[in-house]
Amino acid sequence: MAGEVAYELAKKQREISVAEFFERNKHILGFGNPTRAIVTAVKEAVDNSLDACEDAGILPDIIVEVRRGERENELMMIVEDNGPGIVEKQIPPIFGKLLYGSRFHSIRQSRGQQGIGISAVVLYGQLSTGKHARIISKIGPDRPAYLFEIGIDTHRNSPEIIRKDIINWDKEHGTRIEIYLVGDYSRGRKYLYEYLQNTSIVNPHARIEFIEPNGERHVFERVADELPKPTVELKKPHPHGIEMGTLLKMLKETKTKKLLNFLKNEFISMGERTSMAVCEKASLDPDMNPKELTREQAMRLLNAFKEVKIMAPPTDCLSPIGELLIKRSLKHETREISPEFIVATTRSPSVYSGHPFQVEAGIVYGGKLDRESPVKILRFANRVPLLYQQGECVTTIALSNIDWRRYGLEQRGGKGIPVGPAIFFIHVASTHVPFTSESKEAIADIPEIENEVKLALRECARKMQQHISKKEKRKKTKEKFLLITKILPEIARKSASMLNKPVPNIDSVVTKIMDVVWIDDHIEYERVKRIQKSLDEFSSREEHGCITKIRITVVNYKRRPLKFDLYAVKPSEAIVGFVNPKPVKITDKYIKWSLPTIQPTEKFEIYFELAGLKEGDFDENELYVEGIKPEYVIGANKWEGE
Amino acid sequence: MSSREALMKLNEIALKVYTDLQNNEIPKITLPTRAKSNIVFDKKLNVWKYGESRKSRSAKTLDGAYMLLRTMYVAEFIKTMIEQNKSSTLRELYYISEGWDLAKFNSQQESDNLAEDLETITGCLREDFRLRPEEDGARIIGNIVIEEKTRSGEKRRIHCQDDVGDAGYSIPYNVEKEKIRFVKCDADFILAIETGGMFDRLVENGFDETHRAILVHLKGQPARSTRRIIKRMNKELKLPVFVFTDCDPWSYRIYASVAYGAIKTAHISEYLATPSAQFLGVTPSDIVNYELPTDKLTDEDVKALKSELTDPRFNTTFWKDEIKLQLKLGKKSEQQALAKYGLDYVTDVYLPEKLASFGILRK
Repeated sequence: MAGEVAYELAKKQREISVAEFFERNKHILGFGNPTRAIVTAVKEAVDNSLDACEDAGILPDIIVEVRRGERENELMMIVEDNGPGIVEKQIPPIFGKLLYGSRFHSIRQSRGQQGIGISAVVLYGQLSTGKHARIISKIGPDRPAYLFEIGIDTHRNSPEIIRKDIINWDKEHGTRIEIYLVGDYSRGRKYLYEYLQNTSIVNPHARIEFIEPNGERHVFERVADELPKPTVELKKPHPHGIEMGTLLKMLKETKTKKLLNFLKNEFISMGERTSMAVCEKASLDPDMNPKELTREQAMRLLNAFKEVKIMAPPTDCLSPIGELLIKRSLKHETREISPEFIVATTRSPSVYSGHPFQVEAGIVYGGKLDRESPVKILRFANRVPLLYQQGECVTTIALSNIDWRRYGLEQRGGKGIPVGPAIFFIHVASTHVPFTSESKEAIADIPEIENEVKLALRECARKMQQHISKKEKRKKTKEKFLLITKILPEIARKSASMLNKPVPNIDSVVTKIMDVVWIDDHIEYERVKRIQKSLDEFSSREEHGCITKIRITVVNYKRRPLKFDLYAVKPSEAIVGFVNPKPVKITDKYIKWSLPTIQPTEKFEIYFELAGLKEGDFDENELYVEGIKPEYVIGANKWEGE
Repeated sequence: MSSREALMKLNEIALKVYTDLQNNEIPKITLPTRAKSNIVFDKKLNVWKYGESRKSRSAKTLDGAYMLLRTMYVAEFIKTMIEQNKSSTLRELYYISEGWDLAKFNSQQESDNLAEDLETITGCLREDFRLRPEEDGARIIGNIVIEEKTRSGEKRRIHCQDDVGDAGYSIPYNVEKEKIRFVKCDADFILAIETGGMFDRLVENGFDETHRAILVHLKGQPARSTRRIIKRMNKELKLPVFVFTDCDPWSYRIYASVAYGAIKTAHISEYLATPSAQFLGVTPSDIVNYELPTDKLTDEDVKALKSELTDPRFNTTFWKDEIKLQLKLGKKSEQQALAKYGLDYVTDVYLPEKLASFGILRK
């Protein structure tokens, strides 16, 4: 009896086609409803385009267009890129076969991981509209452009080529896909726009054009002219945070004969000395056969990993966006909000379960942002925006576990998502992002990641606080400045005119009122044709660069002459050009001047230029003083050393 | 005060600022603190005046510097007006400041306040500065003949019952002797009424005729001219004054400003206050005695009542008892609540009873 059931089941099992598999799992894959479907479809296509462009070293130019189809709720999605194109032979399997991909087995930061992506979109389109996908691809200016119409044979999970032609396509290289699918544009639009905007934020090197069904065009401009550093594939795990199960498996499968070699060869960041130290800590013989480790000994090894200082994993497998570019991107995409300030930070890489990861965070504050609403959270994993399941994501959890009341935001009970005029940006980059599910919408709550996210957010919060307090101080002194430069002279003039007397000299009253050294700065940008890459190397391409011109004014409003040193912090990316007066020191991080003696009410000016930055990258001076009581000075803080 | 004196006083302010600057001092002017904490009873004048406490306006702070600059501008503006024999309303002063660049006022409240500051600093009245309010006159009905000098300089006599409509005689902003004279009066007392509704009720019921009363509509917190004319009638015609208001903390302040002088204008209390004016009602005791309809005290009401307990002007047994009773009741009431017993109740029963208790009418 039981056996018969098994046979029955087996029959059914054989009949499960990819169509059925898809039908059963479509919610996990992101096609659960027509609103999600259009967003997922665009997302899969755009992620592929970005990955392809980066692999080929091309600055991505992507056009996303949505058109209305013939039937109700039928849409046509068009995604066109300037990527390297796909060789003719590969086109059918890439678009017509599920689980066909090249990234599945590599330890490396990339957008797509499972290879379920674009073919699932083709399948969804086919199942929902009965129409086939159209693919055009060209791999070089002197090569033909191929046009394919592809369907999926759902029984055999194999591509069905409906049409194949060579056509004339004026693009030098690239891929264009057109897929009909059932989707709810009116509801999906908001998410789609958000996805594209957010994608543009984390991919400052990409230009994305979005054309809506009504013909409306939105362009998300490129704000960085350099591709992210190419990531290097990592073949081995890092010992930090590796799980017991994985370790046991590795011990069992290793070809090494000695524990020491096992540690040195099967892990990254493990040299001779570190490996010895681990063995010693675990009280294990470095010469013993790794296959013979008992469970208890493996546990000791695992604990030793935590106790011995092991070098961080190499960072070249990760591609963080970087502080400067995050700020620049956020600034560009929030320009309509005109925020008060933007801060960003990139943490050093860290490791969980042997996987390197790196967290970046940013805060956009003030401007037209609503003060009464919960803060907005922009979440990203490997440069891909995460739009759904916010509550389950480690980024949200970490954010909710910080007491934001200390940083001037409202938060009931010091827990949960705070309320205030802020946008939070969190990016987790990893060779393996631990998503909570296949739809890749939330990152699992891994303690190591949560901790790093918290540290990154706190760092931003501190910067935010510094900024606010500096701003308040400046505002107060700006008021005093107004007082002595405008109001007081006017009082003197008026009182004199009422009495028909000469206007009295007010200098001495001015120093009495101010009683500080006032440091003010002014930043200007000048567009130039070529970008300076270093002191004597100019960019060969015709580009539009910018010179940041900084003028610092020091006025002594104390009643006695003063002499002190001034430091101006600069971004390490920036190259110092013309400087006047001559500084006593220029380093990667700052410029230092020894100012001459400044007499009461006397003014001293400093001017310098920075190259290698874009307009707006450097919009606020960080100034420090030495050799003078810091409380005498407004506009600069005490120099605490490097 | 003559124009010349006013000009001299204004120049003194400019001179103080100018001399400070010349002596390398941060310019500063001082004036009495215009607050509840700084009013004291002047036994000689029988009114509440500002005490010793003074605050300074110094150019050390932005606000102080702005005030000094504005003071200079206003002083200069007044000087020009006096020289050109013109006058302006307080509202016009506020709008004129639009052209003063940095010295521009942000609200009329600010310019009104500064005008009052100038009064306290110089001891002049704002009339001396050619500044007048756009007070839409409160009203008078009663058996009194007033002679008013009109715009054309002609003197016109007005009988405040026969020559006026139901709205009564409208009190002009200037009620000084050169403008207004009391020619004839045949009445026993002045009844100052807070609300228009109650004023109209008494007029309709003919209370001024039946009870030989001069009815004055206070129109909420009374304007200077209203208080001044009450004071003049009280002094020159020897008529006792009774104040009839709602039963809430804000109404008590109306009474206080009539009788004792307002905190904001304590520098000129002797011109405006009628120390002998009595509070007729509605009192918290009336709520109990007449079983009047009530509303609950709001948080603001309670706060205001408590603040009155520390106001030196209310430091009498009568007020302390009444305010404490009201806090205990947690209730407030209105003049017009008396209509509970019919439209004539106020004129036939309530007012006669209350006035009798003050010895004005027999029951």
